[in-house]
Amino acid sequence: MESVECTDSTGGRPVRGGSPDRGRVRLWHIVTGGVLLVLSAFGSLFVGVAEVTPWGLLHADSAAVLVFLESRVPRLLAILLAGMGMSVAGLVMMHITRNRFVSPSTAGTTESASLGVLVATLFAGSEAVFVKMGVAVVFALAGTFLFLVILRRLTFSDMILAPLVGIMFGAVIGSVTTFFAYRADLLQTLATWTSGDFSGVLRGRYELLWLAGAVTLLGYLYADRFTVAGMGRSFSINLGVAYDRIVNTGLVLVAVITAVVVVTVGDIPFLGLIVPNLVTIVLGDNLRRILPVTALTGAFFVLICDVIGRLIRFPYEIPVATVVGVVGAGVFLALVLRNRNRTA
Amino acid sequence: MIQIDHVTKRYGETTVVDDVCLSIPKGGVTSIIGANGAGKSTLLSIVSRLLPSDSGSVTVDGLDVATTPSGKLARRLAVLRQENHMSVRLTVRELVAFGRFPHSGGRLTSHDLDLVDEAIGYFELTDLADRHLDQLSGGQRQRAYVAMVLCQDTDYVLLDEPLNNLDMRHSVQMMRRLRRMADEFAKTVVLVVHDINFASCHSDTIVAMKNGKVIAQGDTAAMMSPDVLREVYDLDIDVHDLSGHRIGVYFS
Repeated sequence: MESVECTDSTGGRPVRGGSPDRGRVRLWHIVTGGVLLVLSAFGSLFVGVAEVTPWGLLHADSAAVLVFLESRVPRLLAILLAGMGMSVAGLVMMHITRNRFVSPSTAGTTESASLGVLVATLFAGSEAVFVKMGVAVVFALAGTFLFLVILRRLTFSDMILAPLVGIMFGAVIGSVTTFFAYRADLLQTLATWTSGDFSGVLRGRYELLWLAGAVTLLGYLYADRFTVAGMGRSFSINLGVAYDRIVNTGLVLVAVITAVVVVTVGDIPFLGLIVPNLVTIVLGDNLRRILPVTALTGAFFVLICDVIGRLIRFPYEIPVATVVGVVGAGVFLALVLRNRNRTA
Repeated sequence: MIQIDHVTKRYGETTVVDDVCLSIPKGGVTSIIGANGAGKSTLLSIVSRLLPSDSGSVTVDGLDVATTPSGKLARRLAVLRQENHMSVRLTVRELVAFGRFPHSGGRLTSHDLDLVDEAIGYFELTDLADRHLDQLSGGQRQRAYVAMVLCQDTDYVLLDEPLNNLDMRHSVQMMRRLRRMADEFAKTVVLVVHDINFASCHSDTIVAMKNGKVIAQGDTAAMMSPDVLREVYDLDIDVHDLSGHRIGVYFS
């Protein structure tokens, strides 16, 4: 129950009171969400060009079993891991930069990771997946760090300017990548990791994403410290949290998740921006409470977008990046406008 | 005891804290007074390790604040700055509970929860406990911050302008609470206070700063004299004995 009781004097926006349970995560929320996710995940296994039905699997239709195990299950796992990872990465980034609009897609992180993949491909060939990932992590870290340095030098009165600078910064890095890809005749290869797409996911080609899953889990151990970092430097020091160290830990976490996702499925734009924002608007910023919800929501969101992409012009596929981009751009705009109304 | 030894802080050419030596005794309430820009807040930030000093050292119970692990100090000393911009959307209860973080690392015991409830109750935040901070007024938010810092339950509590944004009743309640912490629980409370009469009515010791230096220090009765106050504020202040307190009158 929510009731609008009164209007606060500063912003004229309604202050909600009433139910003390507001914003609490209850067990049944998680259970309902979990059941929904499992059901949709199960359903998604039977959406695709090759006909795979639960019936066929039970009757050991060998072609169906092959598609199921080699393509559908890996694809589902990749979707869930990437969705969780990028959403949690965005959530962490939002806290360590203390800006709701800073995420891997608006801070040059994904573009830097792509540049890293290109550099690794140029020097180590296209097969060495771990080299590509390692180089991508280093580039993602360096790029994000550079963005934070730029951010610290500029003083904004408006929160929204930070992601605008970040998007420009990302575009500059992106154009450098395009230039060298063009010179090396790698433009087509480039497209596979700048545009997220799960259609190429097969057994043996997604397992790196488990690393992103592990790092996401690791993020949960630091949840309280990320929340404290979000309170700012003074509060952090007062509570005995080494502020710089926790910010750097967060950056490494974000860089690893982003790099792994870019290397395996490609960039999924706005994902790390909109999912954490939607969750925190409803549930607040206490990471211990909302990190699991963010992970679930992210997985669910990517799953739905991917299934939409598979169905919209069946039997052809639209890459998940395109679907998320369209939905995400709309939500991003709504968030910005909402923020304007709140601060105006 | 807080021992400040030849501490200096400069911003470019300006010396904000100028070779300050000061010892603040353990137990009791000490108020730091002085005009704007006297260096009070900077000194408090250095003592609480929020700012590094350019030279000199600060020890709290013999622990050098610059080198002692931050987590260890956080169980001994708590600080609240004057200006706090928190963009994180936490409820009042969540914020206050984070005061227990140095002790419990996020896993709250029933003792922790009791302290949280007590602090929320004392500062009349019970009805607001499940509101997000951005839905509170400035004074309510200030009370929530102080409640969090007091929840840390440290031997030393350093507060910069704790009466910021508070109405008269809440100001008095805040000062009484700090007084009681010193009297009943042997805490050491150090405040930066602008209202000399609050300093006079509730502190044991007053430290006066001017242009980055400590110019006078002593027990409250001695410090509340027209001569000292004129030196501190460059203002003529009449001091009267009213209801057992030394009250400065400077309004007209």
